[in-house]
Amino acid sequence: MTNSSGASRDGRPAGAGGASATAGSRSSAAFTPQALLEVWRKARLINLVDEKFRTLLRSGRLAAVYYSPRGQEIVAAAMGVHLQPTDYLVTTYRGIHDQLAKGIPLKPLFAEYYAKATGACKGKGGPMHITHPQTGVMVTTGIVGSGLPIANGLAWASQLKKDGRVTLVTFGDGASNIGAFHEALNLASLWKLPVVFLCQNNLYGESSKYEKCTAVDHIGERAASYRMPGVTVDGNDAEAMWRASAEAVERARAGEGPTLIEAKTFRFMGHYFGDPGAYIPKEEYDAHLAKDPMPRTRAAVLASGIATEAELAQYDAEVNAQIEEALQFAADSPFPDVGEIDIDVYGATA
Amino acid sequence: MTTAAASADKAGVITFTEAFSRALHDAMEMDPTVIMLGEDIADEEGGGIFKVTKGLSTKFGGHRVRTTPISEQAIIGAAIGASLAGMRPVAEIMLMNFITVPMDQIVNHAAKLRFMSGGQTHVPITIRTRTGAGAGTGGQHSDMLEAWFAHVAGMKVVVPSTPADAYGLLLGCIFDDDPCLFIEDQLTRAQTGPAPVKGEIIKLGKAHVARVGTDVSIVGYGRPIRDAHVIAEKLAAEGISVEIVDLRTVSPMDTETVLESVAKTGRAVVVHEAPKSFGCGAEIVARIQEALYGQLKAPVLRVASRDVTVPFSRVLEAEYLYKAADIEAAVRKTLGR
Repeated sequence: MTNSSGASRDGRPAGAGGASATAGSRSSAAFTPQALLEVWRKARLINLVDEKFRTLLRSGRLAAVYYSPRGQEIVAAAMGVHLQPTDYLVTTYRGIHDQLAKGIPLKPLFAEYYAKATGACKGKGGPMHITHPQTGVMVTTGIVGSGLPIANGLAWASQLKKDGRVTLVTFGDGASNIGAFHEALNLASLWKLPVVFLCQNNLYGESSKYEKCTAVDHIGERAASYRMPGVTVDGNDAEAMWRASAEAVERARAGEGPTLIEAKTFRFMGHYFGDPGAYIPKEEYDAHLAKDPMPRTRAAVLASGIATEAELAQYDAEVNAQIEEALQFAADSPFPDVGEIDIDVYGATA
Repeated sequence: MTTAAASADKAGVITFTEAFSRALHDAMEMDPTVIMLGEDIADEEGGGIFKVTKGLSTKFGGHRVRTTPISEQAIIGAAIGASLAGMRPVAEIMLMNFITVPMDQIVNHAAKLRFMSGGQTHVPITIRTRTGAGAGTGGQHSDMLEAWFAHVAGMKVVVPSTPADAYGLLLGCIFDDDPCLFIEDQLTRAQTGPAPVKGEIIKLGKAHVARVGTDVSIVGYGRPIRDAHVIAEKLAAEGISVEIVDLRTVSPMDTETVLESVAKTGRAVVVHEAPKSFGCGAEIVARIQEALYGQLKAPVLRVASRDVTVPFSRVLEAEYLYKAADIEAAVRKTLGR
C-alpha cells in the first residue's frame, strides 16, 4: 500500500512520493488469520455466485444483462468485512460483488435477476438497479460516476443525525474522469462527510485502456486536489486492501472525513457477459491471470493454518446449497403482475 | 423577514419572494428533517442571490442551511442521498438554465429510484429554481424548461401564479414524498397578492379554477394566468365570460378539472410562457381533444412564446415572449368575435 495523498491527516501537504506502507496508518486493528478467513469467505461467496450466474447465462437458463466481478472479489470482500449492516452502499451496474459483500441475501438477489415479483425490486429494477435497504444497499446505478454525489447525501444525513453510519461508494476507473467525481470529492472534503470513495481500477473503461483515458498514473493522486487522504493499493492483496479499508472506514466513522481508495485490480470476463475482450493483449491478460486473487488468497488462508482444505470445501458446499436454494426460489417465483407497472411511479400522497 | 415584506404583510398582502421565504421558514420550523443546500444560500453569502433564504441559516443553523460550491451535480446528488436516508432536502438551483448540468441526477436518479427499487426507496426532494424571460437576461438565464421534466415519469412539476399559491405549493412540494421541481418566476417576484394562512399546505396534483366562467376556458400555469385574469376582467365588460383553470401542478396533470371546465364552456385557450413547439400546451390540447372532440365548439388554441433562443435586446425579447394581447385574440377567435 502506498499513500499517494497530497495531504496528510491534519491537512498539511505530504512530501513528494507519499508515505510508506505503514506511515500515516491510523488503524491499530491487526490483520489476523481470522480476518483473512472472513475476507476469503465473502470473496468466495461472490466467486461462487458469479460462477453460477455465468453458468446460467451460458446455458441459456438466464437471460439478463450481466457484468461479472470476476477478479475483483477481494476488493469488495476486504472492504465489506469492515462495514455494519446499517452502513450505506452505493454501487454500480458491476456491483454484485459489492452487494454480496454488504450482505444482501441471495433469494431477492437471484429473483431480481430472474425479473420476478419476489426480486429485491419486484422485478422492476433489474441487475443494474439492485436495491436492498435492509442491508444498506441504497442505490445501484447504471450511470458511470453518478453514485458519488448521492453517497455524499447519505453521508450528510448521517452527519446531521449523528447516527455513526458510514457510506461506501464504489465505482470504476472510468468514473474518475467524469465531472460528478470531482464535484463529489470536493464537497465531501469541504463538509468532512463520513464517506469512503472506493475506486476499483480494473484497468479498462469499457474497451479502453486506462492509460488512454486517464492522465494520472494513479487515481489515488486525485485526492490531493481535494485535500483528502488518497491511497493506491493492490486491491487483489487481501491484507493491503483490508488495511486500507479499515483505515478509511474508521476515519469516516470517527467524523474525520472522507478517503479516496484506489484499488488496483483486473476484470477477467470483460466489460459485459459475452464481451470477447479482444482489446486486451493476451500477454497482459495472462500476466493478470497468473496473479488471480482467488487462488492467491485461498493459498494464504491455508498457509495461515486458520482453516483446512476440508473446512474450505465444507464452506463451498454450504454456499452452493444456499445458491441452489435461491435459484430454485427465483425459478419458482411468479413474474410481476402487469398492474405493477402503475405502482411506485409516485407515492401514495400523489 | 425583510422590513418591506413585514410592512406589506400588515396590509394583508405579500410578494412572491416573501411567500417563497416564508414557506421555507415555516417548513423548517415544522419539520427538523427539512434541510437546504444551494449556491450562496446561507446568510454569510447574503442569503441567496434573490434573498429568498435570507435569515434561515442564522435561525436554523449552518448545518441545516448549507451553501455549496458551484457544483449542481453535487447539489442534487446530495439532496437525493439525504432524502434516501429520511431527510426532506430543498435544493436550490439558482437559475433554471443551470439545471441542464444535473439532469442525470434528476432524470436518471431522483425521478426513477422509487420505481426501480420497487418502492423500497423514494426521493422526497424539492428543487427550487428561478427563471423567466422579460428581464433582459438573454439566452442562458431565461428559459422555461418545465416540459423536459413533465415528460419524465416520477417527477412533479409545480408553477405558482400567486404569492399565496407559491407559499402553499412550496410547502406541498417539501412535504410531498416525490421529487418536485418548483419554478419561481423572476419577472413577477416583487408583485404582491393576498397573504397565505401560515402552515396551509396546497396538496399537489390538483388544478384550481381561479375564475368561474361559461364561454371559454383559459388553461395554463404561472405568469400567463396573471395576464388571463386581466383579460377576463376586460372581456367581462363585453359580456364574454371567461373561466380560468390554473394547473398549479403541471405534472402529473389534473386532467379531470381541465376536462370539466372545457366540457362546460366548449372552448379552450391553452397558455404558457415556454416556446410553443413540443411544450406542455400541446399535451393539454391533446388531452382535451381526445376526451371532448365532439363537444368542442371551436379548435383549441395555444398561446406561447416563439420557438427561438431568448434574445437579449428588449425589442427582440418582447417579440419572443407570448403577449397578453395574444391571449385576448385567441379567446376572441374561439368565440368568433
